[in-house]
Amino acid sequence: MQYLFYFFAAISIISALMVVSARSPINSVIALIVCFLSIAGHYILLNAQFLAVVHIIVYTGAIMVLFLFVIMLLNLNQRTEPQKKLMTRIAAVVAGGAFLLTLLGATRQGLQIAAVNPEDASVGLVGHVGMALFKDYLLPFEVSSVLFLSAMVGAMMLGKKEKATA
Amino acid sequence: MLYTFIFLSVLLLITLGVAAYETYAERKVAAFMQDRIGPDRAGPFGLFQPLADGVKMFMKEDFVPSTANKKLYFMGPAIAMTTALLTGVVIPWGGTLHFGGEAYSLQGADPGIGILYIFAMVSIGVYGIMLGGWASNNKYALYGAIRAASQMVSYELAMGMSIVALVMTTGTLSLSGIVNGQLDGTWNVFVQPLGVLLFITCAFAECNRAPFDLPECETELVGGYHTEFSSMKLGFYLFAEYVNMFISSAVISSLYFGGYDIPFVDQTGMASNLVVILGTLAFFAKVCFFIFLFMWIRWTLPRFRYDQLMNLGWKKLIPLAILNILITGGYMVFNGQVKL
Repeated sequence: MQYLFYFFAAISIISALMVVSARSPINSVIALIVCFLSIAGHYILLNAQFLAVVHIIVYTGAIMVLFLFVIMLLNLNQRTEPQKKLMTRIAAVVAGGAFLLTLLGATRQGLQIAAVNPEDASVGLVGHVGMALFKDYLLPFEVSSVLFLSAMVGAMMLGKKEKATA
Repeated sequence: MLYTFIFLSVLLLITLGVAAYETYAERKVAAFMQDRIGPDRAGPFGLFQPLADGVKMFMKEDFVPSTANKKLYFMGPAIAMTTALLTGVVIPWGGTLHFGGEAYSLQGADPGIGILYIFAMVSIGVYGIMLGGWASNNKYALYGAIRAASQMVSYELAMGMSIVALVMTTGTLSLSGIVNGQLDGTWNVFVQPLGVLLFITCAFAECNRAPFDLPECETELVGGYHTEFSSMKLGFYLFAEYVNMFISSAVISSLYFGGYDIPFVDQTGMASNLVVILGTLAFFAKVCFFIFLFMWIRWTLPRFRYDQLMNLGWKKLIPLAILNILITGGYMVFNGQVKL
């Protein structure tokens, strides 16, 4: 189990680095897909089968397909990649570093918190996830689904508008 | 552990064997429907035809276009084939055999989310077609890849929703659980008649089979996403399609048509091992029927136009699937199966 964790962790980190360092956007997207798959592996190690599979279906199978779709259609490559000015790059590095510092500061405390219910292996199974979503967190769940609905309606509006002017 | 390894190896061989003979069956069925004889030269009744085809595929020149993205060009067929072969693991091919106090289950693995696992593999399978089509650096291949991606993403939605109604009535996502619920003879096809139609239609679209084979529509796109592929790489794409067809038939039979259940077999008083073996044979008979259905429809219906395909998916199948969920839910509440 432990070796599997190291295996997946190595893949996650290496592929995540490749996402930002790859020259061609297609390679970035593929690295991101590999990263998502390895994260699904982590979920399975935590016995959260449902989360793992939904993660693969939604992120890897749907969202990344759309990403790839757009990149293929636009045929992005190094020549079309926008070149940033030196000042912008320095600002980006400083901002990113500050963000990393904030994240480290925030999670340093979190690392000391003990795991909740480490003995209960069934906590990630479908039944438990369903109970948590529809009993304990019903209101946030419904609110977020309304948010999705409004996003869908908004996208539809934008799509229609485009058609009318064209 | 050893048993699982042997079982999975046998399963792999059977899957490949079935896929090879599906190509033969496809040609024979097509010949029958068009009043021809079909392949009959290699061996008795042309039974060695798949072998001859396989050898031909391996022997052909393995051509790689000079402008192709080499890495992705190789990855495409590999992903298509791997994801196609991975799905067979969770399908319950039969009950549990008992020999000398040991139980041998005829199912590779039984995760609680079996049916979602199949969906996940199918959704990764899209990349095989997309990457292969894009990497060949050919307009027709790109069109084929884009068609495949949008078609599969669209029909996955309708397929998922048709399954939701089934999961509501069975109360489980595990494939063995769903089959066990049907062992009393009430096959889900009687519980979910609309769901069956929706699921089978979507399965056709997911397998890129006629009348939904627009990604490789030869009259418009030469060969679609596999235009630039030759030799065994092309063979992998074609083989993956046949493996997908086999697995889809197995999924349809186990979700809706009782899996390895033979009606009233529990009343004959046969030995349980015999029942299990007969059940597996019955399951394969059902699978063969659905494979035949796939071919029957391919050689009967003409291909859709692309806008018709999208209209069918988004404007007919998805609303029908939602209606099916509402009706199922309403019935369950009315019948007192769930408390509000």
